[in-house]
Amino acid sequence: MGCGLIRADRTPLPQKVEECGTMRNHRIWIIGIALLFVFACGGGDQEPGGAPTQPAETQQAEVQEPIKIGAIFAITGPASFLGEPERNTAMMLAEEINAAGGINGRPIEMLIEDTEGVEDNAVKAVRKLINQEGVCAIIGPSRSGVTMAVVPIMEESEIPLISCAAAEVIVKPVKKWVFKTPQTDSDCVIKIYEHMKTANIEKIAIITGTTGFGDAGRQQLKSIAPTMGITIVADETYGPADTDMTAQLTRIKGTDAQAVVNWSIVAAQSIVPKNMKQLEMDIPLYQSHGFGNIKFVELAGEAAEGILFPAGVLLAVESLPDDHPRKAMLLKYKQDYESKFNANASTFGGHAYDALMLVVDALKAVGDDPAKIRDHIETIKGFHGTAGIFNFSPEDHNGLTKDAFSMITVKNGKFVLFQL
Amino acid sequence: MIVFILLFCAFPFLVGVKSYWITVFIFAGIYSLITIGLSLLMGYAGQISLGHAAFFGMGAYTSGLLTTLLNWNPWLALLAALLLTSSAALLIGIPTLRLSGHYLAMATLALGEILVIFFKAEVELTGGPSGFGLIPRLSIFGFVLKRDIEFYFFVWSIVALALVMAMNVIHSRVGRALRSIHGGELAANAMGINTSSYKVQVFVLSAALASLSGSLYAHYVTFVSPTACELKLSVFLVVMVAIGGMHHLWGAIVGTILLTVLPEFLHVFQDFDILAYGLILMIIMIFAPNGLVGALAALIQRLRRRFLAVDSQRRGVI
Repeated sequence: MGCGLIRADRTPLPQKVEECGTMRNHRIWIIGIALLFVFACGGGDQEPGGAPTQPAETQQAEVQEPIKIGAIFAITGPASFLGEPERNTAMMLAEEINAAGGINGRPIEMLIEDTEGVEDNAVKAVRKLINQEGVCAIIGPSRSGVTMAVVPIMEESEIPLISCAAAEVIVKPVKKWVFKTPQTDSDCVIKIYEHMKTANIEKIAIITGTTGFGDAGRQQLKSIAPTMGITIVADETYGPADTDMTAQLTRIKGTDAQAVVNWSIVAAQSIVPKNMKQLEMDIPLYQSHGFGNIKFVELAGEAAEGILFPAGVLLAVESLPDDHPRKAMLLKYKQDYESKFNANASTFGGHAYDALMLVVDALKAVGDDPAKIRDHIETIKGFHGTAGIFNFSPEDHNGLTKDAFSMITVKNGKFVLFQL
Repeated sequence: MIVFILLFCAFPFLVGVKSYWITVFIFAGIYSLITIGLSLLMGYAGQISLGHAAFFGMGAYTSGLLTTLLNWNPWLALLAALLLTSSAALLIGIPTLRLSGHYLAMATLALGEILVIFFKAEVELTGGPSGFGLIPRLSIFGFVLKRDIEFYFFVWSIVALALVMAMNVIHSRVGRALRSIHGGELAANAMGINTSSYKVQVFVLSAALASLSGSLYAHYVTFVSPTACELKLSVFLVVMVAIGGMHHLWGAIVGTILLTVLPEFLHVFQDFDILAYGLILMIIMIFAPNGLVGALAALIQRLRRRFLAVDSQRRGVI
């Protein structure tokens, strides 16, 4: 602007013009340097062996070529409460394995990418991991929709994917290269309905979140209800960013529902118990396995007391009997995680644990050939994971049954195993 | 323009045909189609739209649904999506563009929200929040665009065509009329220009480009869900145009490429990448308020002017 003014005066002051020009140039230089800095840092990322996601590189790294395993999680964005424990778990395990000498003498290199829970980022990340890094398997993504978006790439590139997302469509119908570790929605629904039967509940209201997880649950709740003699008298939904569900719950209160099922995976689900308390609704509240993070209990506060939901026993590991076959392993994971990250272990991190350990199991047995890893995972039987005991087969790429779920309840702000 | 074409032809061979940078640039190309249209709307007609993600979504869903549910030919579905989106834009544009101020931004913002809710609620039709997949890939004369490198060339040739078309628009009577609207709507009206008609035309054109982009996205990713067309994308697209420079069509391309590529470099900052990202955008907006291409153009002009001044002084003209 200043330069323009000077010209308009038609009084040539070359010195001033010069000054104005250098000021401009200064600014351009600053931008240039800032960009250069960023690009230089970015360039550093590409250097072989300089993987930023794996700080603890062992001595063997120089001797033996590391085995590259990819991971894509929603570390930031609305699904970060899934992605963060998954990322932490994968990093922790990789460090542990490498500290113990790696796999058959070879260290593993975890290459972790953030999808932000968005499809196109996942597509880019998967292409990067496969084409650029040459990984032998990928664990993740965290979300079901994102998993479905990368399935075609996995099938085409013939690299195994072990998803940490729950939706049934991921493995039904079976896709050759795709597995998943979380328990299945329909098993969760059956577990809830079975529990209702024991409590003589027949008429229920459902309230579900409008996310991929919530929607999949809603469909399963509706389709399984008639086969188990349950009638759904109210069917309400809420958005992931909603802050008040009083309207939906008032409608439910007006029906003769004997229990409410609240099915969601985002933080908004904690508002339902709060609102129910405000509305003085004292019918039982069931939640889905998406409630498996103690943070949701903290958010709901006192209102969370007595909530019932099916989940892996990892959450209530302390209340397991000592002779439980998986107690030691679950306890170790939980304690390791909690001491390392100063945060509560959740079932979501557990899904990443299972996914990575399945890959590690295959690596130990058959080496790092993607096709052999896939074939091996398909034959794994009796594998003790955090979500349950996995029995894979060519027809079943999830490997879990409804027995992987236990009913868990909230008592004094903690998860405990539900006992009649 | 020629430099641009050569650069884009050479790019895959510089980074390797199978590199994931090809994938990144495919997305940059897909989004460039929208930002070219948006640049016409923002930079030339002076209107802001916060609903281009909705038009993108309309294109993606229409293409995806027609090809998967009704087994339509992808190209036919693409045309149907174009028609549907253009008519939707026309319906919204006619009433809102008669008003002055930011009514278009508000109306398009609402459209985007409504559409996302529709996609999430119509579970039977759209697959709800989980989205739907198995969308067939595009084929040209029986040749299926299966590999990334093929789609790369396909997308960027369409971007080049769109760019040529947009440039023709700018240099035509319509373009001059548009710039007069941006300069001063009242004056333009007084000169006998039917401003609202021109604004509607350019709005519909930009929506059509967004729809085309959505169709390409659907056939490339072969999966669509509501997260692909949420408000975040609309805002992102406006930022792309602003960063690149909204008064220059090239700005749209530069902005789009920069904002698509930048996050890939920022991974090194790990948890702080969003901070670094914001910082870079802030620096650009502070030092180059007219966008990167705008700043570059100003710099070139200034240098030329200074050169001329020195030149004329030497001759003793002034």
